[in-house]
Amino acid sequence: MKIRFNKSKSLSILALASLTILFTCDLDETQEVVTLNNLIWEDNFDTEGSVDRSRWTFDLGDGSAQGLPGWGNNELQYYTDRPENVRVENGVLIITAREESFEGSDYTSARLKTEGLFEQQYGRFEARIRVPYGQGYWPAFWMLGVPDSPSEVWPFIGEIDIMEYLGDSPSEIFGTIHGPEYSGGESISKEYVLEGNRFDTDFHIFGIEWGPGRINFYVDDVLYQSLTPEDVADETNGLGEWVFDRPFYMLLNVAVGGNLPGPPNADTIFPQSMFVDYVRVYN
Amino acid sequence: MKTKNLNYTILSAIALIFTVVSCDRDISDDAVLATFPNTAEVYTDNPVGLTDEFFISFDPAGGANTEGFGTDDNVAFEGTSSIRIDVPASNDPNGSFIGGIFRDRGNGRNLTEYDALTFYARGSVSGTLGEVGFGTDFLDGQFPASRSNIQLTTTWQKYIIPIPDASKLVQEKGMFLFAAGGFDILGDGPNGNEVGWTFWLDEIRFETLGTNLLVEAEILNGQDQVIQSFVDTTRQIDGTSSTFNTSDGQNITVNTSPSYFDYESSNSSVATVDETGLVTVVGSSGTTTINATLQSVQANGSIELTSNGVFPHAPIPPANAQNVVSLFSDAYTNEPVRHYNGFFLFATTQGGAGNDPNNVDISVDFPDGSPDNIINYTQLNFVSIGTYETVPLVDVSATTHLHIDINIRENVDASDFMRISLESGTFSGGPVAGGDFILNSTALSNTNSDGWLSLDIPLSSFSGAVDFSSIGQLFFVSDGTISDIWVDNVYFYSM
Repeated sequence: MKIRFNKSKSLSILALASLTILFTCDLDETQEVVTLNNLIWEDNFDTEGSVDRSRWTFDLGDGSAQGLPGWGNNELQYYTDRPENVRVENGVLIITAREESFEGSDYTSARLKTEGLFEQQYGRFEARIRVPYGQGYWPAFWMLGVPDSPSEVWPFIGEIDIMEYLGDSPSEIFGTIHGPEYSGGESISKEYVLEGNRFDTDFHIFGIEWGPGRINFYVDDVLYQSLTPEDVADETNGLGEWVFDRPFYMLLNVAVGGNLPGPPNADTIFPQSMFVDYVRVYN
Repeated sequence: MKTKNLNYTILSAIALIFTVVSCDRDISDDAVLATFPNTAEVYTDNPVGLTDEFFISFDPAGGANTEGFGTDDNVAFEGTSSIRIDVPASNDPNGSFIGGIFRDRGNGRNLTEYDALTFYARGSVSGTLGEVGFGTDFLDGQFPASRSNIQLTTTWQKYIIPIPDASKLVQEKGMFLFAAGGFDILGDGPNGNEVGWTFWLDEIRFETLGTNLLVEAEILNGQDQVIQSFVDTTRQIDGTSSTFNTSDGQNITVNTSPSYFDYESSNSSVATVDETGLVTVVGSSGTTTINATLQSVQANGSIELTSNGVFPHAPIPPANAQNVVSLFSDAYTNEPVRHYNGFFLFATTQGGAGNDPNNVDISVDFPDGSPDNIINYTQLNFVSIGTYETVPLVDVSATTHLHIDINIRENVDASDFMRISLESGTFSGGPVAGGDFILNSTALSNTNSDGWLSLDIPLSSFSGAVDFSSIGQLFFVSDGTISDIWVDNVYFYSM
C-alpha cells in the first residue's frame, strides 16, 4: 500500500522545512512530549505462543492477491503467519525475516494489523520496539486510514508512518504522513537521528500524539516533528488535503528489500527480527 | 589461565582482608590504581602528546622509505595544517613503501572510554592505504588493531577504526600506524610498476561514537581445528579479527590482536591458554576445547586439542660427532641439503618442506629447553632428502653405517614395507647409481616403547654400486603401505 519516496532528496529538504515549522508553530519550550494518558487499548504480548487474533490480523503473501505485487514497493518478502515469521516469546512480539525460497519469493516475514479489530480517530499511539540491522531490512510501525467508502483508496485514506527504519542506517528512523498530493516520493517526512547510539541494540519508544489538526511524532522522550494542516498546505502549494480526521488502524511489519532500502547484500544477516515489547493506545 | 586467575583472586582477597583487619582504617588513596591520561587527540594542527620524533618509521632495512613524511601548512581538513605523506614509487631506491607509527610521549594513555580511532584523509589520487591502525608501539604493545586496504578519494573523507575492546586499553602507547605503497596506475596488480602519490591525514583522534556494533569475531580464521599435541608444546592463537557494523551501515573488519580476546580452555588440566592466546599443553592425556570471546561475543573458530602425553623424543644419537656426516639431526651439524622433500612428480608425500633442519614439521623442546626438530612425512609413497644441484654432493666414504630413527604413526600390517635407497652422482653430469635396503614389517616393528625404530644400516648392506663419495639422494619408499612417519637423526657414521 505504501509508495515510497526518494530518501536522500526529500528527507533533507523536508527536514529543513520541518525545522522551520517547529520554530514558527506554537511549540514553546514547555510543550510536553505526551499529554494523552488514558489507556484504552494495549497488547503487552504477555501470552506466549501465537499472536492474539482478537487484536491482530495478518496481511499474507507477496501482495499479488491484493493487486500490489511487492506491496507497491517491489519488496522481496512473502508474508506468512507461521511461527517461523511471527510469534510471542518472553513477553515480546517477534517478527522474523528469513532468507528462504517460499512460494516464489526469496524471503519471508510477517505483517500484522488491527484493521477491523481496533480502529480509532485521534489519540496517542506508541510501541516499544527493537529493530534488526543490515542493508535491505525495512521494519515499520505505521497506520492506515479506514476508507469512508469502498471506492476511497490510498493515498486519499491517509497514512501515518510512526516509525520507519532502514537497516543500513542503524542510528536513524523517520516519521511520515501521506495524503493526496503528498504521497510516496512527495510525502511529508522527517528523520530522527539517535546521536551516539543505534536503534538495533536496545528497545526504544516510537509514538505519535494525534488530535484535530496536529500530529506530533516522538522517539523516547524527544518530540522531533509536529505536523499540521498548515504544513500540508505549505508542502503542497495548497493542493494537499489534511485527511487525518477519520479512524486509523495500526500495522507492524518487517519488509525486505524494495525501492527504498534496496536489496540485502552479502553482509546482511538472516534471520533477524523486530522485537515489539508493547503497543499501547491512549486518548 | 583459569588457575592463574583464580590464584591471583585468592591472593588479592587475602591481601585485602589483611589490609582491612590490620590497619583499622580505609584503604589509603595511595592504593588507587594508577591511571593514565585519556587524551583523545593524536594530531590536530600539531602532534598531541607524541614523542619528539613524531614519526617512527618501519625499518628501512625492510624497504621502508623514511623520506616522504612531513606536515603541510597549505592543506588541512580543519585548522591550519595536516600530515602530508609522499608515497614512493615501487622502484624507489630509498624504499618502496612508507609507513610507521606515532607513539605516546608519556607512559601511555587510558583509551577505555573510546570506541574508535578516527581521522580524515584525502589522496592526490585514489590510492590505497595498505594498513591503518593503532596499538603498535615497537615496544611490547599487546593490542594492535588495524584496517587493511582503505582506498582513499581525492576529497577529504572521515575514516574510522573501531576499537575491538576498549576495556583492554588502560595504558596504550601505540597512537597511530599507517603503511602505504605506490599507486597502481595501470591497474594491473602489485607488480613493481606502481607510481608515487601523496596523501594527507588530519584530525586523528580517539572518539566515542556509540554506533559501532560488534557483529562478528574470529580466531583461527574462523576454523574449528582438531589437533593432537604433547605436553609442554605451545600453540599461538592467530587468524584473529573482528567485524563492526557502523552508523553508515557498513561492515568494517579490524585485524585484531589475539590479546583483545578472552580465552577459555574447557579443561585446563589438559591445556591452558593465557591472555595473549598462547596455548600450552600441560596434561598427559585428555581433550580440551579452546574458545574465545570478544566483548563477551563468542568468536568463530576453536581448537579441540587432545594431549598424547609426554613427547616421545627419539633416542639421543650415540655416535661421536667427529665420525658423523649428518643430514638431519639436532645432535650434529647438518650438511646443507637441497630439500627434505622434493615434492617430485607422482609423489604424494607431504611434510619435510624446505631445506632448514630447524624449521620442519614438528619442534618440541627437550627437557633442557633445546629444540628437537622432527620431520613428519604424511601420505608417504616416496620422498627423498636431496643433496645435489644447489648443494654439494655428500661424501660419506669415510663412514660405515647409516643411522635413521623412524617412528611409524600408524599400525604396521604384515604386507607393509619400507625401502631406504641411496643415490650417488645425482645431477653431477657423471654416472648415477642407486642401492636399496629393504625393511619388512617385522623389521619395522622392532621399536622401543616410544615407537622409535633406530636403524643402523651397514653401507655394505646396500645393493647396487653406490659411490659413497658423492651421495645425492636418500629415499624413503613405502608405495603407500606406510603413510605417516616421523623421521629424526639421519646421519652416516663410522664405528
